[in-house]
Amino acid sequence: MDYFLELFFGGLTRGSIYALIALGYTMVYGIIGLINFAHGEVLMIGALVSWTFTTAMAGSGMPGWVLLLLSVPLAVLVCCALNFSIEKIAYRPLRSAPRLSPLITAIGMSLLLQTLAMIIWKPNPKPFPTLLPPDPIDLGGPVITITQCLILGLTVVILSALMWLVNRTKLGRAMRATAENPRVAGLMGVKPDFVISATFVIGAALAAVAGIMWAANYGTVQHTMGFLPGLKAFTAAVLGGIGNLAGAVVGALVLGLVEALGAGYLGELTGGVFGSHYADVFAFATLILVLTLRPQGLLGERVADRA
Amino acid sequence: MTQPVLLKVSALKVAYGGIQAVKGATFEVRQGELVSLIGANGAGKTTTLKAVTGLQPVAGGEVEYLGQSIKGRGAWDLVKQGLVMVPEGRGCFTRMTITENLLMGAYVRDDNEIEADIEKVFAIFPRLKERRDQLSGTMSGGEQQMLAMGRALMARPKVLLLDEPSMGLSPIMVDKIFEVVHDIHQRGTTVLLVEQNASRALELADRGYVMESGEVTMSGPARQLLDDPKVKAAYLGE
Ligand SMILES: Nc1ncnc2c1ncn2[C@@H]1O[C@H](COP(=O)(O)OP(=O)(O)OP(=O)(O)O)[C@@H](O)[C@H]1O
Ligand SMILES: [Mg+2]
Repeated sequence: MDYFLELFFGGLTRGSIYALIALGYTMVYGIIGLINFAHGEVLMIGALVSWTFTTAMAGSGMPGWVLLLLSVPLAVLVCCALNFSIEKIAYRPLRSAPRLSPLITAIGMSLLLQTLAMIIWKPNPKPFPTLLPPDPIDLGGPVITITQCLILGLTVVILSALMWLVNRTKLGRAMRATAENPRVAGLMGVKPDFVISATFVIGAALAAVAGIMWAANYGTVQHTMGFLPGLKAFTAAVLGGIGNLAGAVVGALVLGLVEALGAGYLGELTGGVFGSHYADVFAFATLILVLTLRPQGLLGERVADRA
Repeated sequence: MTQPVLLKVSALKVAYGGIQAVKGATFEVRQGELVSLIGANGAGKTTTLKAVTGLQPVAGGEVEYLGQSIKGRGAWDLVKQGLVMVPEGRGCFTRMTITENLLMGAYVRDDNEIEADIEKVFAIFPRLKERRDQLSGTMSGGEQQMLAMGRALMARPKVLLLDEPSMGLSPIMVDKIFEVVHDIHQRGTTVLLVEQNASRALELADRGYVMESGEVTMSGPARQLLDDPKVKAAYLGE
C-alpha cells in the first residue's frame, strides 16, 4: 500500500506538470486550431532561465527557496515575451494559409529554439541545484518530497486562477467566444489578434512554471528537455479531448498516473520481462486505447474533422 | 427626409474567390430609418452585409459609415462606432449562458450601465430572463434569435443590421420578432432589415430595396414597393 501511494503521488506530480503544459497546447488549439509543436521548447527555456538565475545567484547567500521563487517570475516573463513573439513573427502571417503551413512552421520553430538554446546554454546536461530541503515528508508509511508537495499545491492554485480567468473575466469570455466562433466574436468587438496573443502569453506562463517544476523535481536541465514532457502533454491534451481545458487536466493526470503506476508494477506484472523503462509504452498504449474507444478524447465533443 | 445618411453603400462588389456574389449594390440608410433589403435565396444580401461589417473583403465600390470609408476595417473595430450586426443563423455562443452571451454583446463597453441594460433586454424578452443561466445551445431557434437580438442591443447600436431574423421560425415567433424589430426602431435605433419575408419586412419599413442576383434593382418608399406589380409577383406571391 505504501509503495502504491508513493507511486500515486509521483504520478500525480508528473500529471500536474503535464497538465500545466497540456493547457497551453489545448488553449492554442481551441483558438486557432494549431498544434503548437514549439510549446515544449518554451518550458525548456523557462527551466534554463531559472537554472541560469539560480546558479548565478548561488553565492548571494539567499536561501535556496528564495532563489527558486525569484526565478519563477523571471522565467515567466521571458517565456511570455518569447511566445508572444513566436506567434507574431511565425504564426500570424500564416493565419489564413492552409493548415499544414503553420504546423510545419511550428516544428521548425521547435528545432530553431532547441538549437538556439544549445548555442546559448551548451549541449551538456546540467544539474539543477537542490534549492528545497531534500528531506522527505513521512506520511506514516509512504513518503513524499517537499518538492512534490509544492508542485501539487502550486498546480491547484494555478488551475484555480486559470479557471477564474477563463470563466469569470471579460478576457476569458472573449477567449471562449473566439474559440467557438471567431467571426461572431469579431462582431462583438473582440479583436482576434489580441485574444490570440493573450492565449499564447497565458500558455507560456503555465509552461514556464511547469519547466521549473520539472527541473526541480527531476534535477537536470538541457536544451532537449522540452521534447518528452511536451510530447506527453500533447498526448494528454489529445487524450482529454483537444480544445477542452478540463479535458487537458484530466488527460494529464490520467497519463501521469498510468505512467507512474505502470512503471512501478510493470516488472512484477510481466514477471520481469518488461522493466520500468517501458513507462512510455504504457502512456501511448493508453492514448491509442482511449482514442479507439472515444475518438474525441475523454471530455472532448464530437466535432467535424478540423485538421 | 433631411436626416443625415449613416450608412452609404455605392456600387459594391464582393467576390468569393472567382465568383462574383455582389455585382453592384447601391443603397443608403438615414438616421432614424428602418430600411428593408429584400431578395430571393442567393441574391447576395448576406454577402452585402458581410462586406459592410468587414467580414468579407470589398472587391469594388465604396462603403461609408458616418461619412467615412470603412472599407478594409475589421468587424471588431466597427462595433465600437455603433455598427452592429445580428448575423444570419444567429451565431449565439452555444457553450455560454444567456447572461454571458449578453455580456459579450457589451464587450466594447466599460460603463456601469451594463447590468441595467441586461435587465432592459430581459424586459423585452422575458423568456431570456427565465433561462439566464442556461447554455444558449440548449435553446430553441426562436429563443436564440431573441438572444442574438438582445446581445446586439447590448452594444447600444446606432445602426442595427439584421440578417433574416425570421428565418426558420414558427409563425408566432415570427410575429414576436417583427414586433420587437418595430419596437427597437420606434425607440430610435436605425435599422437595416434583410429579409426574404418581403411583405412583413416592407410593412414595417420606411423604405425598401430589392436585390436580384447580386444587384440592387429596385428601390423606393416601402408602401410603393408593396404596391409595385413586379414586387407583388416576385416576392409577395400575388
Ligand atoms: N462562403 C461562400 N463561398 C462561395 N460562395 C458563396 C459563399 N457564401 C455565399 N456564396 C454565394 O454567393 C451568392 C450570394 O449568397 P448570399 O448568402 O449573400 O445570398 P442571400 O441573399 O443572403 O441568400 P439567402 O436569402 O438564402 O440567405 C450565392 O450564389 C452563394 O452561393
Ligand atoms: Mg442570407
